[in-house]
Amino acid sequence: MDLNPLFHWLQDTAVATAIRENDVLFPWIETVHVLAIVLVVGSISIVDLRLLGWASRDRPVVQLLREVLPLTWSAFAVAAIAGGLLFSSRAVDYAHNFFFQGKMVLLLLAGINMAVFHAFAGRDLPRWNTSDTPLAAKLAAGASLTLWITVVAFGRWIGFTLH
Amino acid sequence: MPPSINHWLNQFCAWVDQTPLSQIIQTKAWIVPTVQSVHILAISVVMASVLMIDLRLLGVVGRDQSVGRVAARFLPFIWWPLLVLLATGAVMIIGEPARSLKNNIFQLKVALIVAAMIVTFAFQMALRKRPAFAAGAGGRDAIAIAVVSLVLWVGIVCAGRWIAYS
Repeated sequence: MDLNPLFHWLQDTAVATAIRENDVLFPWIETVHVLAIVLVVGSISIVDLRLLGWASRDRPVVQLLREVLPLTWSAFAVAAIAGGLLFSSRAVDYAHNFFFQGKMVLLLLAGINMAVFHAFAGRDLPRWNTSDTPLAAKLAAGASLTLWITVVAFGRWIGFTLH
Repeated sequence: MPPSINHWLNQFCAWVDQTPLSQIIQTKAWIVPTVQSVHILAISVVMASVLMIDLRLLGVVGRDQSVGRVAARFLPFIWWPLLVLLATGAVMIIGEPARSLKNNIFQLKVALIVAAMIVTFAFQMALRKRPAFAAGAGGRDAIAIAVVSLVLWVGIVCAGRWIAYS
């Protein structure tokens, strides 16, 4: 399926054109995107470090998740909307950029990792109080940290490779 | 800025620019994006930790535990990544001294960082010296510290992104 007509249409919309041509729109949307992704990655790392047993061991996993995940999801929504707007401004170029493509794949993998974790660990979660977490949870947390670190790195590299 | 300081700053930037370390950073294309990625990861940890402490100070999250306990959990994740931020920031400055040191937004960012460190230090002093504050009964002081620190850290991230555009 050729998506290029879609990307061309997207970057010709009034909103995308305004972001591309205005001096301050792109930097400000990018600033919001960075703030949001910083909160996404930071809040996820709090959870992952707890699951790995490296931090917050005095807080039951369930309570920590209840405190942190609403932040993660709100910030993710903002990051996705801001990211979508940035993408629209030069949709064809982004869509053909290796690091943009890689970042989308990594985000998908992080999502799958999280879905699998919640599907399998969901019922056991209340039992992980101050005790150690099972190996599977540690593996999921390690995978999550690795994926999000590479998401940030790929995101940063887009800015250096899009010309 | 007074002309003499400006002159001195120009010379300093020109000198840093010619150092072997700066030349390496300028010529190896992978160094800057790598260092910037680490910089973003470190500020992520700081921002999330600041937010968790501030939300507790505001009474929004984790009211079943004392402010002191939440602070003990997250304060190390403010100070240690700050060292990483200073180190990676230093690499970026050495790589492009004039673009950072002579940049108004960069100078604003440094002022905001100093202010955020002072607020964090004052918060730690309040925790140590005022048991009621540490327990969670900080009243207006707690709210003031939370709001000021959030504004400062958000400002630091915004300024960081805008150095490239000013």
